[in-house]
Amino acid sequence: MNMELSRRGFLAGAGAGLAGTTLGAFGFGDVEAAHAAAIRPFKLANTAEARNTCTYCSVACGIIIYSKGDLKKGEKAEIVNIEGDADHPTNRGTLCPKGAALRDVVHAKTRTLHPQIRKAGSDKFERVSWDQALDRIARLMKDDRDQNIVLKNNDGVTVNRWTTTGFLAASATTNETAWATYKVVRSTGMVAFDNQARV
Amino acid sequence: MTNSWTDIKNTDLVVVMGGNAAEAHPCGFKWVTEAKANRGAKLIVVDPRFTRTASVADYYAPIRQGTDIAFLLGVINYCIRNDKVQWEYVKNFTNAAFVVKEGFGWQDGLFTGYDEQKRDYNRSTWDYEIGPDGFAVVDETLQNPRCVWNLLKSHVSLYTPELVERICGTPKDKFLTIARMISECSSPVKTMTSMYALGWTQHSKGSQNIRSMAMLQLILGNIGVRGGGMNALRGHSNIQGLTDIGLMSNLIPGYLTIPTEREPSFDAYMSTRGFKPLRPNQMSYWQNYRKFFVSFQKAMWGDAATPENSFAYDWLPKLDVPAYDVLRAFELMHQGKMNGYFCQGFNPLLSFPNRKKITSALSKLKFLVVMDPLQTETARFWENHGANNDVDPSKIQTEVIELPTTCFAEDEGSLTNSGRWLQWHWPGGSPPGEAKTDAWIMAQIHLRLKELYRKEGGKVPEPIVNLDWRYKDPHEPTAEELAKELNGYVVSDVPDPSDPTKTLLTKGKQVVSFAALRDDGSTACGCWIYSGCFNEAGNNMARRDTSDPDDTGAYLKWSWSWPVNRRILYNRASSDLQGKPWDESRKLLWWDGAKWTGYDVPDIAPTAKPDTVMPFIMNPEGTSRLFTRAMMRDGPFPSHYEPFESPVVNVVAPKVRGNPVARVFRNDFEQFGDAKEFPYAATSYRLTEHFHFWTKHAHANAVLQPEFFVEISEELAKEKGIEKGGTVRVWSKRGSVTAKAVVTKRIKPLTCDGKTVHIVGIPLHWGFTGAARKGFGPNSLTPFVGDANIETPEYKAFLVDIEPVAGPVA
Amino acid sequence: MFPPLPNPTTAPTPPRFGDQDLIRRSASTVTPPAKRQTEVAKLIDVSKCIGCKACQSACLQWNDMVEEVGVNVGVYDNPHDLTPASFTLMRFTEWENPETKNLEWLIRKDGCMHCEDPGCLKACPAPGAIVQYSNGIVDFVHDNCIGCGYCVKGCPFDIPRISKVDNKAYKCTLCSDRVAVGQGPACAKACPTQAIVFGTKDDMKQWADGRIKDLKSRGFKNAGLYDPPGVGGTHVMYVLHHADKPEIYAGLPNNPRISPLVEIWKGVAKYAGFAAIGAMAAVTVVHGIFSGASRVSPHDEEKAKEMAEKPPAGENA
Repeated sequence: MNMELSRRGFLAGAGAGLAGTTLGAFGFGDVEAAHAAAIRPFKLANTAEARNTCTYCSVACGIIIYSKGDLKKGEKAEIVNIEGDADHPTNRGTLCPKGAALRDVVHAKTRTLHPQIRKAGSDKFERVSWDQALDRIARLMKDDRDQNIVLKNNDGVTVNRWTTTGFLAASATTNETAWATYKVVRSTGMVAFDNQARV
Repeated sequence: MTNSWTDIKNTDLVVVMGGNAAEAHPCGFKWVTEAKANRGAKLIVVDPRFTRTASVADYYAPIRQGTDIAFLLGVINYCIRNDKVQWEYVKNFTNAAFVVKEGFGWQDGLFTGYDEQKRDYNRSTWDYEIGPDGFAVVDETLQNPRCVWNLLKSHVSLYTPELVERICGTPKDKFLTIARMISECSSPVKTMTSMYALGWTQHSKGSQNIRSMAMLQLILGNIGVRGGGMNALRGHSNIQGLTDIGLMSNLIPGYLTIPTEREPSFDAYMSTRGFKPLRPNQMSYWQNYRKFFVSFQKAMWGDAATPENSFAYDWLPKLDVPAYDVLRAFELMHQGKMNGYFCQGFNPLLSFPNRKKITSALSKLKFLVVMDPLQTETARFWENHGANNDVDPSKIQTEVIELPTTCFAEDEGSLTNSGRWLQWHWPGGSPPGEAKTDAWIMAQIHLRLKELYRKEGGKVPEPIVNLDWRYKDPHEPTAEELAKELNGYVVSDVPDPSDPTKTLLTKGKQVVSFAALRDDGSTACGCWIYSGCFNEAGNNMARRDTSDPDDTGAYLKWSWSWPVNRRILYNRASSDLQGKPWDESRKLLWWDGAKWTGYDVPDIAPTAKPDTVMPFIMNPEGTSRLFTRAMMRDGPFPSHYEPFESPVVNVVAPKVRGNPVARVFRNDFEQFGDAKEFPYAATSYRLTEHFHFWTKHAHANAVLQPEFFVEISEELAKEKGIEKGGTVRVWSKRGSVTAKAVVTKRIKPLTCDGKTVHIVGIPLHWGFTGAARKGFGPNSLTPFVGDANIETPEYKAFLVDIEPVAGPVA
Repeated sequence: MFPPLPNPTTAPTPPRFGDQDLIRRSASTVTPPAKRQTEVAKLIDVSKCIGCKACQSACLQWNDMVEEVGVNVGVYDNPHDLTPASFTLMRFTEWENPETKNLEWLIRKDGCMHCEDPGCLKACPAPGAIVQYSNGIVDFVHDNCIGCGYCVKGCPFDIPRISKVDNKAYKCTLCSDRVAVGQGPACAKACPTQAIVFGTKDDMKQWADGRIKDLKSRGFKNAGLYDPPGVGGTHVMYVLHHADKPEIYAGLPNNPRISPLVEIWKGVAKYAGFAAIGAMAAVTVVHGIFSGASRVSPHDEEKAKEMAEKPPAGENA
């Protein structure tokens, strides 16, 4: 079932509000008007929709992402608009100034695009491949772990504690990513493990 | 949140204190405006600044930052003195009647057992008297002078309206107006909600700020009811989820804890986690701890976690300190004791206190890995940006690896909101450049590390090479696969005890909820409180049915909330001892003669008798706690302490600086300023136009609030010769920033203990990357000290000086 | 709760109004449609506004406008004024109520009021550069705009702004593209507290009544609706806690009306006929008329009187 696109809305069920107030009231009959010179063509026509959640605060407003190109059809999707999901019980289509400008953060000029490495003492980043970056990370981790993990404390108790490398986890990734992160980090014995909840 | 955003519409009184909901959570604040419309609710705002929340409040009062405990204990004192107490609730559903051990006391600002050298308490007297039957002693008449109620009454008697004014700077008449408005909610048919955020947590006594309000809410009978509760407005879209899943030094998913080195064996670990009920017939739900823990170990290490190896107990690290929280981690880094650090969607250069120390600490690392969709300052801490980041790259030897990640719009999965709803989302755009999902990156790191250990051997490789990683594509586990692990599944068939020919649990099936989890290794579950999110009924987090019978605001069929889809925690407390709703117009859960029924999933066993089993089932007492025993480091009751940097001395305990048990590293003590040198009380906060250091990368938001500024009163501006829109320098013992000055009527000087206190407000959204103008964050100024219990840094109260400077060349 | 605006449809949808629904067209005569469409309106409830600027943000996004990143000049207002790329703006006023001594932070969303009697349209010499639909929306047709700036002078609310890039006038369209497909304006959909709602003008007035009653019950005895009769009423209305003093809300005009200069010009235009003189000639004509600010001043009144007696030279052109 494609629950994402289910459109069980509030408008049908919303009992509250003014009698007779529906935007349909502006529907002026069945006249199909020619497009007026001043009126922009509606820019969301023929775009693809995806249900998502605002990435900022914990109100977790429902949003709809409109794109040219449809990911569900395996196409490349370019986001053209993001607005509140009127079917969402909490935000009812509304968004704050951050949420209303989500498109600008997705398309920020300062998005990271390629893995980069800044070498010791250098004043610049250098682009590297994913393999180079990841192999380097695994090497650095293993060397530090093998050298510094504490296997037993002074009383001979097995502690398997790695204190010399730490990990700060994200605050806007999914629960599923968080779980994958937890598994990988915990399995190494790392203890300087924390997230944004602290601050 | 104990309740949900949509439930706020059910309240009669909203208290926004320790937060700024209209600015930080505008779309959640909508439900405050709905409460005003539905029930004629009133909104009270108590804040050092007249915020945009205050602009729509029915009543506003100023308060000096860092004095909330005095204010709230003052309100509790007012309620007790004026008999504004929900007595039936307090007597039955709190520990008011429990008798505390002989010897417990409070004097000169300190509780019994203080050790100045250790900056810690011996907390042995902070507990109940246990009777010969093994249960806690109670006095239902509340006559015993050592019962919790009488101790509380005496503890808060100090906080008169006069003392509140002296400490907080809140005029007495304003305090009394608010106390009166709040006290009216002691009626069983009137409810108040508390909406708070980092205005309460970011103090060296942040946890006790929150406890103070929680105690007040219990005294008013407002916990577990519609329109009530303690509603922490969490800051980030999945900070609730990250906390639930335990991505913290000392946590295991679902609020289980990492063992310490004093627990060398699984048995030793379990010996302190028995959670035997403290009163007869109480549920004490943590008695199931072992089931949750073993199921977690099975989710981590699969077949390699066996009864024989105590379910791989040794593979978990054992802590030697309470936690390697971020402050400790950066202290160690600063001492040169850390070599590597990962920042996944996190920007510590601007997020952690005392930026000079942070820069110096990062410079001592061997390597730093940053995974982020945006170019963070942390990834560029070595890059010179003039006054905004004055470093010499050639002197910094840290290797920095920046990995581009996808953002929300490009990935799939669930986020847990402040009201504990797990909501699934779908991607809507293609990732830019070579950006990859975090799950892919974590898988790559794991697989490469595992390969190195396989090839080269090394120290204790077992927990890495045995990590359960049975995903269809090990290089990129899907969100669904991971969600199913979080929910939990059956590892091996469990026969039905009543009919051995049938199976109770069938291997490979998803468990229905945590009630099915077992402690023998036959079930696996990543996070027990999330169990039920993705069971055999499907992905419950993706549900989008907006039906809401009788418009209670519960929305039980929309997404899924933990635990077991319950929307209001402690909801059994919405009815009296007979199970009859306190308020018919706001009924939530009631006893129908045989079982609990209502609008929500009962937070009690469905057939637990109302007059026998008390509502707070996670506590061994069965009740909530006005007196929190030895569970908090700084006292079983809150007590007023000044911030470490305060414009006035603590009038209650003049000898005590800050929170007497807050951890302070030696060098940081030397970097605290005093009021002589730094006369102004500063505080930091968000503005509604921005989200942390993220939206300065979004052009529209950079337009709406382009440039770093500080806010001061007209009085201080006059005194210092500062002009509106002029440039100022603000400095503390730890650093200095330049900013534009917003001179406003919304900040007024306060009078505290006879002294004029000027407030300097410092918003936090600027740095040196992104679309907005380059600026600073308050962390250039703030002290390196955290809350005594959870180490949240004291960002909300510190001292600075300010002066006008010649404007910058544009 | 006011019923939320629905989600947009992505199916191609014919617009529900168009050129056949024009009731006014600048410097032109139109034949009004036989039946007027239901009048729409946006209601801005200042007492519910939290000044979050979601409306500004949504407006920038929906209209694909790239505003400049400015500076802080000591206030929360950013940008500092309406611009060709900012059709709406929160204006913040710190006001100490002399009666209660309490501070009130008055935050008003500024932007086009979509007057029933639009001064901009009346002042506009360029045929068809400004149009008014029978549902009340006043819209600019940029292809026809000559950038003369008289709409700015003609507007009693000082709203339109001329772009330095293309020398054309810009202002809020009431999201005519959204309304045309059964949507509401982007600002109204975004507004977190429903301080902005959108619907038929009648419903907006009815909704405002309920809000005003609530405000009165909370002690705002002068709460009221701002729908100024001097411009025939507006299709953007305010609920004000102090409706007796609109000027305290960042200078909202107490009794806005079209400058008498514009009325004169209107008469001139009618007499001369644009077809005959052409738009650029008309500009020359009006140049001498408009020199003051858009707010009606005693000077304007005098000047208007004078002109009415002695028509400008252009009349005979």
